[in-house]
Amino acid sequence: MNRVNGLDKPCCVKITDANRDELFPSGLEYNPPARGMWNIVHSGMLLPGAHEIFACAQGCLRGVILTAAEMLELDRLSWISVSESDMFDGTLESDIVDGVCEIIEKLDKRPPVILLYLSCIHLFAGVDFEAIIEELTKRHPDITFVDCYMTPTMRQTVSPVSKMSSQLYAALKPLPFNEKAVGIVGNDRATDDDSELIKIIKSAGREVRDITLCKSYEEYLSLAECALNISYIPTGHLAGEDLEQRLGAKHMHLPVRYSYDGLKENYKALCDELGIDMPDFTADIAAAEKALDKALKIIGDTPIAIDYTVVTRPFELAWLLCEHGFNVKHIIADSAAGEEDSFDKLREKCPDLTIWSAANVNMLYEPEQHHEHMLALGQKAAYYFTTDNFVNIVVNGGYYGFSGIAKIAELMIDAYNTPKDRREVLRLKGLGCASCLV
Amino acid sequence: MKNVARIIPCYAADTSGVCSALYELGGLTVVHDASGCNSTYSTHDEPRWYDMRSKIYISALTELDSVLGNDEKFISDVVSAAHDQKPEFIALCGSPMPMMTGFDYDAVAAEIENRSGIKTIALHTNGMNSYIDGASEALCEIVKAYAEEDQNIVNGINVLGLTPLDFTLGSDKDIRDWLKYYNFECVCTLAMGSTLDDIRRMGSAALNLVVSQSGMAAAEYMLKEFCIPYVCAVPYGKLFSKKLASHMASLIRDPLNFSPFVLPCDGFPEADTVVIGEGISAGSLAAALWSDMKVEAKPLCTLPSHSFFTAKCGGQLTAEEDIEAYLKETSPKTVIADPLYQYIVPDNTRFIALPHFAFSGRCFQKDMRSLINKNIKEYFK
Repeated sequence: MNRVNGLDKPCCVKITDANRDELFPSGLEYNPPARGMWNIVHSGMLLPGAHEIFACAQGCLRGVILTAAEMLELDRLSWISVSESDMFDGTLESDIVDGVCEIIEKLDKRPPVILLYLSCIHLFAGVDFEAIIEELTKRHPDITFVDCYMTPTMRQTVSPVSKMSSQLYAALKPLPFNEKAVGIVGNDRATDDDSELIKIIKSAGREVRDITLCKSYEEYLSLAECALNISYIPTGHLAGEDLEQRLGAKHMHLPVRYSYDGLKENYKALCDELGIDMPDFTADIAAAEKALDKALKIIGDTPIAIDYTVVTRPFELAWLLCEHGFNVKHIIADSAAGEEDSFDKLREKCPDLTIWSAANVNMLYEPEQHHEHMLALGQKAAYYFTTDNFVNIVVNGGYYGFSGIAKIAELMIDAYNTPKDRREVLRLKGLGCASCLV
Repeated sequence: MKNVARIIPCYAADTSGVCSALYELGGLTVVHDASGCNSTYSTHDEPRWYDMRSKIYISALTELDSVLGNDEKFISDVVSAAHDQKPEFIALCGSPMPMMTGFDYDAVAAEIENRSGIKTIALHTNGMNSYIDGASEALCEIVKAYAEEDQNIVNGINVLGLTPLDFTLGSDKDIRDWLKYYNFECVCTLAMGSTLDDIRRMGSAALNLVVSQSGMAAAEYMLKEFCIPYVCAVPYGKLFSKKLASHMASLIRDPLNFSPFVLPCDGFPEADTVVIGEGISAGSLAAALWSDMKVEAKPLCTLPSHSFFTAKCGGQLTAEEDIEAYLKETSPKTVIADPLYQYIVPDNTRFIALPHFAFSGRCFQKDMRSLINKNIKEYFK
């Protein structure tokens, strides 16, 4: 905590001193070199056969183009650069329409769907995106055009990742519902088959559909048959809500939980919806407990750091681990929103726990500080606390439920026993995607 | 359309040029932007990010602050960070959104300097131009701010425009070794491998060597202010680098006979080998191919370049359609370029990959080689 002294905006705070509603004041931000989280380019590529077109300034284009290049999908992304004069000469919409048409003509193969991304400055200039989509549809009726948004300036209204998750399903057209089809929406990776969530759905005679499992555009279109859609990560919520509004498919948000009671509540709601009795989870909970006990025996009192990228509820996971005797000492997160209960429990029972800002400028030199040897859960924790022993997943890693808790415990054991090449792992963008850097 | 590309990337933007140019100088560089610029820069445009700390941040601009014109938030955040981090100087640049709101960099810089007591430099980027523009302004402004008149060093050389966007890491050492071999004294390598103190001494040099267009504005400034002549070339190859050293020595001996260009860096008009890239670099490689291998080549400049380098390929070509059309029309036997240009090179053309970090970023970083004062015959055989 000596990093706090004399600083205008310290990068860490003891949980007992933290303001739960605003952990850190806003300020300039640092970008640590841990690249595993997905961006809107990665997400867009989940739609089979889709071609992405970005219309934005060179500085914004650069990151998206090289994302596609690194994931070996450069032939699925084209671009239209925007200059200062384009903003004011009355050609904002027509330039985009003409540019998209030119790109379509040059493509080797006509894509069934084009994801067209505009940027902050377009919205700020009052672009008529609807007119652009209408005109493009008129000129190319065989292609579905989807309005997409690279608008980080508007992130406090709706985050670009959340909006992208939603727009990924915008090309779906109404189909008769197939009561057997249940969709899982808003994720960038498939849900682990061992999860009770999947087992419950299947035990009700239903089948799981998920964009991450789609191999063709036709398969993607069949997602519209789902009468029920489930989202479980925060950025997937909007996708479920939008599908409910547009296609009439019921949406259930069953957030990933690291509390047994929370999970049971989710499963109860799901079983009620599916019209089945809630299974007995005694064995699943016992398996999770056994996995945690085993992990504790191996990891012992090794200090643990958890960051907000590894799971969507870092405070809840921290509380679960603390309850089971693990020595959680650090959490890297800029907000505890939605986890107030876990935060309060940690504050009461683990008063020495320290919270770190992920992007505070004073985190720049953190990797150069002396750190005791730690087990990290998440890439940012591994980077800042300079440990090669880290769990390398993002956004829950597709794990859900009691089985998910057991699997994370297993990953902790593996991370504890087997160090990773931190530098090489952290540099890869979009964990799980192909990369030319490997 | 000139602003459309089916498949090739765009070059690093002006904001990345600023950050790259100032990276090693101990300043605090702030990009006024929501979030993407720093992520793009630190991931794709900056190979030093993991190993070498630099105080480069974004302002995390929000919609509300943009709409309300809340410049005070930016000012106080920068002053706060400067308080915590004690930089040598502060540099401000920006992305498209501040351009839309008419953000006044000069006024804000003056206010920050007043409040923090730290020299603050305004750089007028908007994320819509190439890294050349940003790096060029940044290097020129840093020279204006810190270079001083000093006792002349007879064989003193400043190297201008040296950033990892155009040159592999370690190129500063290669250039220093080459200068030393030919009995020059390296005063400053702007801006890889040098410090603000080196920049303070730049006024003592006898000659400036401009190795990329990013250094041109600083060279022009130093010619005007310090009467230091400059020459535009990169010492590629063994024989061309020797020729360049000789040219530099004669310029120092006879500065009044000053010409910034070395033949045949403009290339050969009928050459059937085309080198695509930044003007000074591509031109120098064309010259080295001739000096070292008797291969006629010409530069195809895809970035802002002096007309000396663009004359043989019909001017500066930046649009994918123009580059593709030129190559189709002229059917060169060989194209030397970044690997991501291969998509638009005619099928029957021999392609020699020469990765350029400002174009393909990290994609081919492991294949990048320094050609400075090196035997290039093996590479281009």
